[in-house]
Formats: sequence, C-alpha cells, structure tokens
Amino acid sequence: MAATRRLQKELNDMRVHGLKCFRDIQVDESNILSWTGLIVPENPPFNKGAFRIEINFPAEYPFKPPKINFKTKIYHPNIDEKGQVCLPIISAENWKPATKTDQVIQALVALVNDPEPEHPLRAELAEEYLKDRKKFFKLAEEYTKKHSEKRPAD
Amino acid sequence: MNSDEEIPSDEVDSGNVSSSDDVEFPMEVESNTSREKQNEIEDYPYEVLSTEQIVQHMVDSIKEVNSVIQLPHTTIRILLNHFKWDKEKLMERYYDGDQEQLYTEARVVNPYRKSINAQKKQSRRSTGTEECEICYMILPSSMMTGLECSHRFCTHCWTEYLTTKIMEEGLGQTISCAAHGCDILVDDATVMNLVKDSKVRLKYQQIITNSFVQCNRLLRWCPSPDCNNVIKVHNVEPRPVTCKCLHTFCFLCGENWHDPVKCHLLKKWIKKCDDDSETSNWISANTKECPRCKVTIEKDGGCNHMVCKNQNCKADFCWVCLGSWEPHGSSWYNCNRYDEEEARAARDAQERSRSALQRYLFYCNRYMNHMQSLKFEHKLYASVKGKMEEMQHHNMSWIEVQFLKRAVDILCQCRQTLMYTYVFAFYLKKNNQSVIFEDNQSDLESATETLSEYLERDITSENLADIKQKVQDKYRYCDSRRKVLLEHVHEGYEKDWWVYTE
Repeated sequence: MAATRRLQKELNDMRVHGLKCFRDIQVDESNILSWTGLIVPENPPFNKGAFRIEINFPAEYPFKPPKINFKTKIYHPNIDEKGQVCLPIISAENWKPATKTDQVIQALVALVNDPEPEHPLRAELAEEYLKDRKKFFKLAEEYTKKHSEKRPAD
Repeated sequence: MNSDEEIPSDEVDSGNVSSSDDVEFPMEVESNTSREKQNEIEDYPYEVLSTEQIVQHMVDSIKEVNSVIQLPHTTIRILLNHFKWDKEKLMERYYDGDQEQLYTEARVVNPYRKSINAQKKQSRRSTGTEECEICYMILPSSMMTGLECSHRFCTHCWTEYLTTKIMEEGLGQTISCAAHGCDILVDDATVMNLVKDSKVRLKYQQIITNSFVQCNRLLRWCPSPDCNNVIKVHNVEPRPVTCKCLHTFCFLCGENWHDPVKCHLLKKWIKKCDDDSETSNWISANTKECPRCKVTIEKDGGCNHMVCKNQNCKADFCWVCLGSWEPHGSSWYNCNRYDEEEARAARDAQERSRSALQRYLFYCNRYMNHMQSLKFEHKLYASVKGKMEEMQHHNMSWIEVQFLKRAVDILCQCRQTLMYTYVFAFYLKKNNQSVIFEDNQSDLESATETLSEYLERDITSENLADIKQKVQDKYRYCDSRRKVLLEHVHEGYEKDWWVYTE
C-alpha cells in the first residue's frame, strides 16, 4: 500500500529531524493513517501553551490530502469551535501528492502564529482581531491559559 | 417542386376582410421548407460539427498558430487554452508583450529554456537511479518522468495523480505538475502517454473538447439530449440554427428558436415561470372542466375548439378561455388579447398584486397552451401520415397528398411563433404599434386554430377535394400571417417602437 510506505517514511524523517513547532507525534501502530501531535506556536498570544491536533490520512494518500482537526480548544479566527481549520494547502484543488506532511504542519503553524482575518471561519473573532487587537490578545491569552496543554520542556 | 402545379392564391381566407392587404408575399407562398432553410443558411452561415471534427478543429487551430510561431504543439495548446482559443490574441501577446511573463501566466515553461533543464536532469541521473518523491521508491531513471519544470516522479504515481484529477475533480487542461508549489500545467501529450485506461482517456478528451467548445464564442453544443454535435458560426447572433439531429435552436441563448421575443426577455420569462412554480404547476395541469357540465376533460390534441363528449351536454367552447366557441368561429376572435380596460377595473376592485398575477396567468396560460399543443406534434404527424395513405387510396398521387405534411409543418411553426408572441406581449407596453401587433397575433391565432381544426377532420372521398382546397388556402394564409407578424415585430426593433414594462 502506497500510503503506508510513504507515511512510515515521513514519520521516521519527522522523528529524526524533529520540528520545533510540532512535538509529541503519536501514531497508533495498528493504524498509521491517524496521527496526533502538539502544535507549539511561537507568537503571542498562543505562545503560552500547546495545542493537540489530529491528522487523518485517507487510504488514497498521497493522491488525496490529509484532514486536520484541533483537539484542543483555541481562540483563533481561522479555527472554529469544532476544531476545523481552513488550510488551502490541503484543500482538494490545491493538493499536490509531492507535498510532505512537515510542509503541511509548517503551513498550519504559520497560520496559528499569524491569523488570516481575510478568510475567517469565525467572523466575530476576525472582526475583533482587526478592530480591537488588544482585546483579542487578552481574551486569546486567557483562553489559551485555561484550555491549552503544557508546552514541552525543551 | 412538389406543389408547383397548384394554383397560387392570394385571397386565402374569405372570412377575414383585411387578408388581401396583408399578404405581402404572394410569390413566397409556395416556398417549401428546404428552400426556406437554404435562404437562412445563405443569410447566416453555420456548420454542424461532430465531436471528432471538434478535435480536428483544435488540431487545425494549433497547426495554424504553429505555422506562425514555431513552438511545440503541446505548448501552443496550453497557450491557446490560456487565451480561450483566440489565435489573434495569442499572436498579439506573443509578439508585443513580455514573452517570459506570457509563459508564466499561461503556466508553461519557456520551450527555449529547455537546454538548461536538460542539464539539471543530467546531473541528477549520475547514479542511474532516482527517488520518487511521492511513493519514496528508488527506481531506475527510465521509470521516472516529468514536465519541463524538471520535477520528476515515477510513471506509476503520475498515472495515479492524473487519474484522480481527471475522474474525481473533472480537471482537464488545468492539471498542474505534482510537485509542491509548482503550477506548470500538464500537457495533453503527457497525459495521453501516461494514462492507459480507456475510460479515463475518454473522460479527459471529453473535458478538453468541452472546455474548448465552452470557451469558444463561435461554438455551441446542440442542447438536445444525447446529441454530441456542435454548431459553429461565423459571428455570434440571435439566429436559428438547425443541428443534424434536426433540433432547431437560438445560437445566442441555446433555447428553442423564439422569434419574435428577444433572448433576454425569454430568459426573464423562463425564470419567472420557474419561480412561480406553484402557479405554473396549476396552469400546466392537463385537465380543465367543461364550463357547462363540469365534467373533467383532458386535452390530447391540438385544436382549441372543444365539443363536450358528455352526450347530455355537448357544449361548444374554447379550451383557452372556456368561453362559448361561437364568437371565436366568426369574423372576430378575441381570445389572444388581455383586455386593458378590464384589467384596470380589476385593479380598482382588487389589490395590485392580484391583477399582476392575473395578467401573468393570462399570458402564461396561452403560452403553455401552445407549448402543450406542440408536444402533440408527433401525434399529429402520425395521424396525418395515415390520412395521406388513405387519400392515396382515393385516386390521389403521392405528390398530390404532400400538402398535408406541409400543412402540419406550418401549423407547428405558427404554434411556436404564437407561443413566443405571448412572452413578447407580456413585457410589452401598450402603444399604437402594440395594438397592431395584437391584431396580427389575433389574426394568426384564429387562422392557426382553424387550420388545426381542418387537420383533425375526417376525410371521406366526397369531401376530399374540398378539404384539400381549404387546407391549402388556410396554411398559405397562416404562413403569410406568420411572416407579416414577424416582419412587423422586426421592423419595430429597427425603429424602436417597442417599450417594455420591466
């Protein structure tokens, strides 16, 4: 199976090289199509915590894109209450089979660090982000402290 | 040729006093359908192309461009597609603009830069094997391939990728290289080399021809179901075109040929009819009740003159207005016109919206009625065929009975024209010319109904000669009235007579 072979290799590469912003990658040995990991953003207000995500790869991977879901609640214009995120790189029309999971993760971390209020999933947060940045930062930081996971030690 | 020996007659309907003044085409009366069509073709030339001819047409366009700018066919195809197959636009950009920018915009690699890419490939091949970045297999270079952008993947992954894009996303000319962040387009030759599954190949070709037809203003698919032909014109105009499948439609909007109403009003009308689905459902319902005995009647033939089959009733009435037939049959016929006076009275008594609805229903009812009658066309042709055979048993030659088929042709033409006159009339503001238009409409409608009635009569050896004369007179009259009506509307378009309500 093409998906298994490629995912095994991608997983090994990511574990060996290690991304600073994506840690604690856990894969169920019986099902390599489902991963979880911790997003560790650098920019305030999200740099006070870490956010667990789930990556689901379809059986047709890499010819069809993976799906990403946030398991940790986050106060972010581009991530909704259900943990859904709108990431162009993994939309069906933009997806390229040669795109690697670490490139997807990097695009996701970039989005978490710098919200894109132009394409919001939560319009009210996008409006707040644009009109009252101070308030947004304050609320997002409180929310992060309350809901997010602990950042890894190093 | 088939009816030249018949005596042309100008005074075709003694029942209508104005007829001799209005017949403007005494010489045209005998023109047969094929000659009419020929005239139309000379006037507005077009071709009917099969799917294969469309593919050839694409190849010819590519060759034509290639004779001027010497680029690979695959590159020209992508460039042409980028310019929606407008050769002149491509040439203009190619010679006047920044070529490098042109290639970037069209998402293709400058073919003159190939040599540099070739060198890159050479260096990669030093070990004789390469790793495919999609499946991570290390494979001999012979199993790897790629576009001019020099991103190489194994043929198996390429095929899988292309198949997914074609079958699941319906992409054709706009599939890009499989590499992350590369937007160079995959050319058709590469697709055909890599994809071997005939189903996928067929779908790919369909997508490409379809996009070619859709982006070329001079081409339009025949809208008839299961027809794969394309009509090619020299300039885009609202004109009737007839496909090889015999379907006639308006080239500009693709709807059935709808003279005298214009495309934009017809579109509005169709949308209105769809929006008012509740009412149009009611209108298009196939049954009505006899105005006298209330028995439910389904109309399954063309004529509007109804005689109730209930032996105790036998009411004579008009299907359209449900009024008594008596006034319809005599010199005045008043069923086609919306009475503005009555409407004003209605407005006073009722709410505005109510009268607007009534007005719409009035026109819609008549429009639907002709449409419904047209749907029984094939039935009428079948019954006329039977009659023609019967007449040949009554010592008439084949050529002598052809007038019946001609009569049905004209009847259908008249119904189609009448149907669209109600759309035109619905949007028309009343003025002196609109009154003349309504007179023409009324005249044509009454003549058409009479013709329809003649065609439904039984034929016996006694009344044969009489019926032939009557039918011929009537269809000539209908044909000329139809032309007069259309000419009048067209003249109005030229002279700006028509004022619309919305």
